[in-house]
Amino acid sequence: MRVLVAMSGGVDSSVAAALAAEQYGRDQVVGATLKLWGGASDSGCCSVADVEDARRVADQLGLVHHVFNFAAEFDERVVDPYVRGHAEGRTPNPCIECNRHLKFDRLLERARGLGFDAVATGHHARRLSTAEGRFRLCRGADPLKDQSYVLAMLGQDQLARTVFPVGELTKGQVRDEARRLGLRTAAKPDSQDVCFIRSDQGRAGFLGSRLPLHPGRLVDHETGEDLGPVEAVELVTVGQRRGMGHGTDGKRRFVTAVDIANRRISVGSPEAAHTGDVRLHTVTWVDGAPAGLGGPRPGAGGAGVGDGAGVALLAQCSAHGRPVPSSVRAVGDELSIAFGAPQRRVAPGQTVALYDPDDPDAVVGSGIAA
Amino acid sequence: MAGARAYFDHAATTAMRPEAVEAMLPFLSGNFGNPSGSHAESRRARLAVDDARDQVAVLLGAGPGEVVFTSGGTEADNLAVAGAWEAMVATSSTPATALVCSAMEHHAVLNACRALARRTGAELREVRPGKDGIVDLDALAEACTSEVGLVSVMAVNNEIGTVQPIGSAAAVVRHRSPSALVHTDAVQAVPWLDVRELTAGADLVAVSAHKFGGPKGIGALVVRDGAVVHPLNHGGGQERDRRSGTHNVAGIVSMAAALAGTVSDRPSTVERVGRLRDRLGDGLLATVPRTSETGERAERTAGHLHLRFAGVESEALVVLLDEAGVAVSAGAACSSGAVEISHVLESMGFGREEAAGGIRFSLGTTNTEADVGHALAVVPAAVAQLRD
Repeated sequence: MRVLVAMSGGVDSSVAAALAAEQYGRDQVVGATLKLWGGASDSGCCSVADVEDARRVADQLGLVHHVFNFAAEFDERVVDPYVRGHAEGRTPNPCIECNRHLKFDRLLERARGLGFDAVATGHHARRLSTAEGRFRLCRGADPLKDQSYVLAMLGQDQLARTVFPVGELTKGQVRDEARRLGLRTAAKPDSQDVCFIRSDQGRAGFLGSRLPLHPGRLVDHETGEDLGPVEAVELVTVGQRRGMGHGTDGKRRFVTAVDIANRRISVGSPEAAHTGDVRLHTVTWVDGAPAGLGGPRPGAGGAGVGDGAGVALLAQCSAHGRPVPSSVRAVGDELSIAFGAPQRRVAPGQTVALYDPDDPDAVVGSGIAA
Repeated sequence: MAGARAYFDHAATTAMRPEAVEAMLPFLSGNFGNPSGSHAESRRARLAVDDARDQVAVLLGAGPGEVVFTSGGTEADNLAVAGAWEAMVATSSTPATALVCSAMEHHAVLNACRALARRTGAELREVRPGKDGIVDLDALAEACTSEVGLVSVMAVNNEIGTVQPIGSAAAVVRHRSPSALVHTDAVQAVPWLDVRELTAGADLVAVSAHKFGGPKGIGALVVRDGAVVHPLNHGGGQERDRRSGTHNVAGIVSMAAALAGTVSDRPSTVERVGRLRDRLGDGLLATVPRTSETGERAERTAGHLHLRFAGVESEALVVLLDEAGVAVSAGAACSSGAVEISHVLESMGFGREEAAGGIRFSLGTTNTEADVGHALAVVPAAVAQLRD
């Protein structure tokens, strides 16, 4: 089996490459680093330092290494939508969009064209095969580092051509392995935050350089009372607490809604910042929609789903959020999620990952909050 | 397939000529002196540098005092652009405020011009070539107004190999921008063309040894008498105060030997390699569907072949051909090693899609019929696999 390992220059993908080389043979494994961001980043222009780390690890493992320039697609599919989302009051997750469009689409296609059977990544997740020859996507063995949430949009097509060599390891084991092999990335800190935003610049600085930012007003979500100015409505996210101050009851206030058009940020009490449901679009399933979600309406045809009774699933609203028992129902192409208990409002653009209550490690599907 | 390699990236770099290797060896240990000293060891080294300078000067059509040794083509281009500009600003009572370059220049010129424009506030006018990859003399004339102080047009384009009409371009500049200096990056021209003739009209001419069988890390800038460049490297005042730094004696001697060998073999090299190139180009155009050649072959050096494979990403094709033992290149490599979309093809008016499948096959003295046969055998299948 010929495997192309996506090497970011971090310790996880370094060890993924080492394990792949061990399992499939050095001559069957090639490393590739994606050049995604052409601008300045925390690791230098074009992330040259990270590319060097990846290349030197590949050298050490005896692997051929290539750099693929996907910067144009990254701009188009990840950075531009991220900026546009904020301009429209949404908060997209760029890592998920990068996985969806770059690593598990563009790179998979590139790998297939080059004659590779699979792409390996350093994600902490597990791909398990079923007796029927299907694939399940499960949480990584390390609960603190599990990345199944950012992979929840994967389906059978992608999983059939993807392996996660470090999914069975804890982060500690990954670092131990890297140290044992003497890889230069063994002690490299985990990457933080969004790769195309420099830490000295921050989200506000980055968005401010690409978007006109508009001042607005904070208003009470119930009474409409004007509570003061807000510097830039585009930088505010639903559910946000920071910078929103305290209400007259002394409790912290949370953002309940972002209205870009009217430059108005609604805030409320912690209770008001919670909700019992969320609507998801861009719905994906790891292995088809679960039964009982609401089958196709008679005569409707196609893959459309009608109003069903709802399926019990676990909904996870952020990368390391707590999964909440929920009832999931199809409404047209979208999903309506009724949480078993009120949850912090999910910002529009954020992904909700759905897991199997009978096997809480297994991803069932995903969608993006409307 | 492991083992047999067919190398078609001679425009990136080529193997050293045996006489160039031979020439440099004595200067790595035995004759190790610093030419800028007053003892026998220095004199021996200085003699070697002076002899090499005389030889290089003759072969480039310059006087010995007009040759400035640099660390390579990039430094020579930077010295030409920034050094000439600085000298002009320092000495002119009405300094120029604009500079012109062709939009298809090598990054060593393009980025040197852009950096200069940013630093000084000078206006940079980038003149686009025609779709044939030849500088558009009308557009050049239009850009060359009286406030222009420097014009840079390469002698041979590095990606597609088109030979530029440097003499005519220089004439346009003299007529339209009388006070401007003309620089030409002749790095790709040396293996194939008589640089004396081609660059006679230019005030500044950059060459790089490793493109013609010399070592990496050595090059030269011809600065014709009357043209002045201020140094970018300050120090001991070597190279008549135009480029400080201890002479790379072994490199200089080796470069001279490589240049002498290249020039004396050139007619037969051009004949032989040109035939290989034509066989490769004709063969691929005949066997790979939806393939086009960039630029007219008649306007091209004997070593260059640039093909565009529709519906293929050149970045992927380079990888696949590498696995099949064929070394080619696509676009220009960025510092990370990623392939950038070719600014040359873009400047010629090719869209992103059209430019995406561009591959440069650049041949050199070491290529054989077997290399061409190897490429003809593997390229069609590789292209087909990626189009699948």
